[in-house]
Amino acid sequence: MTNAYELTGLRHRYGGRCVVDVPSMQVRTGEILALVGPSGAGKSTLLRLLNFLEAPTEGRLVYKGNEVGHDVPLDLRRKVVTVFQRPVLLRRSVAANVRIGGRIRGERHGGEKTDALLGRLGLAGFGHAPARTLSAGEAQRVALARALIVEPEVLLLDEPTSNLDPYNVGLIEDVVRSENHQRGTTVVVVTHDIFQARRIAQRSGLMMAGRIVELADTETFFTTPQRQETVAFLRGDLVDSGAYIPPPPKRRRRSRR
Amino acid sequence: METIGRALVDAIRLLRELDPELVETVALTLQVTLGALIIALVSGIPIGAAVGLARRLPGRALIVPVIYTGMGLPPVTVGLFTYLLLSNQGPLGGLGWLFTPTGMITAQTFIAFPLVVGLTMTSVQGVDPDVRTQMIALGASNRQVALTILTEARIGVTAAVVAAYGSIISEVGAVMLVGGNIEGETRVLTTAIVLETRQGNFALALALGIVLLGIAFLTNFLFHRLQVRQGGP
Repeated sequence: MTNAYELTGLRHRYGGRCVVDVPSMQVRTGEILALVGPSGAGKSTLLRLLNFLEAPTEGRLVYKGNEVGHDVPLDLRRKVVTVFQRPVLLRRSVAANVRIGGRIRGERHGGEKTDALLGRLGLAGFGHAPARTLSAGEAQRVALARALIVEPEVLLLDEPTSNLDPYNVGLIEDVVRSENHQRGTTVVVVTHDIFQARRIAQRSGLMMAGRIVELADTETFFTTPQRQETVAFLRGDLVDSGAYIPPPPKRRRRSRR
Repeated sequence: METIGRALVDAIRLLRELDPELVETVALTLQVTLGALIIALVSGIPIGAAVGLARRLPGRALIVPVIYTGMGLPPVTVGLFTYLLLSNQGPLGGLGWLFTPTGMITAQTFIAFPLVVGLTMTSVQGVDPDVRTQMIALGASNRQVALTILTEARIGVTAAVVAAYGSIISEVGAVMLVGGNIEGETRVLTTAIVLETRQGNFALALALGIVLLGIAFLTNFLFHRLQVRQGGP
């Protein structure tokens, strides 16, 4: 099995504080990998690194043989897309929002593809609706359609279903699963929801204070975790996240008034 | 009251007869207004967008207040400045633009440009900052990110167009100084109103004022239709 990502000695700092510290990690091509962990564990930052939104402060991030640093070539960047926790939709129609990824890549058509995707996500007939009028669940499904229409090699999901009702969660998980199954899309999903990890991922990992504490086949991870932290986290015990709390902004001199 | 009534009658008569002098004045007003507006938009929107989008802009602390000041420039001062620029002794005197519509367009552009830059800048800054991240995460190039954010800010940018248009078409001081209010050459609606008022032709002055208001309303009506089509209120 080949690896999509290979991380070696990867460290990422914000303002001197190390928020991601991963000595070694691989994401396999075509797998669904879930990362769970408390807030502030560095999961989202790791996804940002995997989406090439930032270059790691230290270490090597290799995507399919290409070492990635600053100034990632556009065609490489376009192989990876992220669906964020909050769907940021443009002030346009639903269909226009879905098509934007294709437009960026110079595709002029894609009406049928858009309709088909919207249909799969339970949004048939929503194409002409203004995107800003959608409910949270509908908006997140549009965001997923927008990511999938470009048929990415890697789909990164950052808390894609937090705050959504079970219907929306089920729909989104189904589509992610079938996309992974049919197209071999590599998926990395970051989630608070350990049950979601168990439902959709082939491998699961626990991230805490910037480190991958344990990473194993999902079945093993949930049934026979090796690390104390994993046992505690899965049991729902409060665990100190070692959360990165940014320092308060430096106060500017106040104007007298 | 009587004057206003007579003015209305006069205005309607002037419009119905399509008084040639009025038509000429309106045509020049539109020519100067649209000319300056287009130049101000073409130059101001990209600059405003660039200033608004730049994450690290050296001298922002100075640039932004300069733009804000420009947004409130006294038109007469701009007129004086342009006059000196275009006068025979001025650096651009050789162009021969003083007392021509081109000179008037120059002055009006100076007035409208900071408005366009400032309002474009603020509306671009008002766009959800996550749009940038999301677009980059979808594989957009820098240029595509900028264009998407500018498109998201389109309602605010339309407001910039409206503000610039309003400031130009209603402006009198600068066009008076630079144009000279020469009949058949540089007389626009606002300067004609000043002239007619001074000569005691209140009815005609008011009639011209009504025509000016009518044009301004019509144009703004169209701008608003445009804004609504873009999903605005």
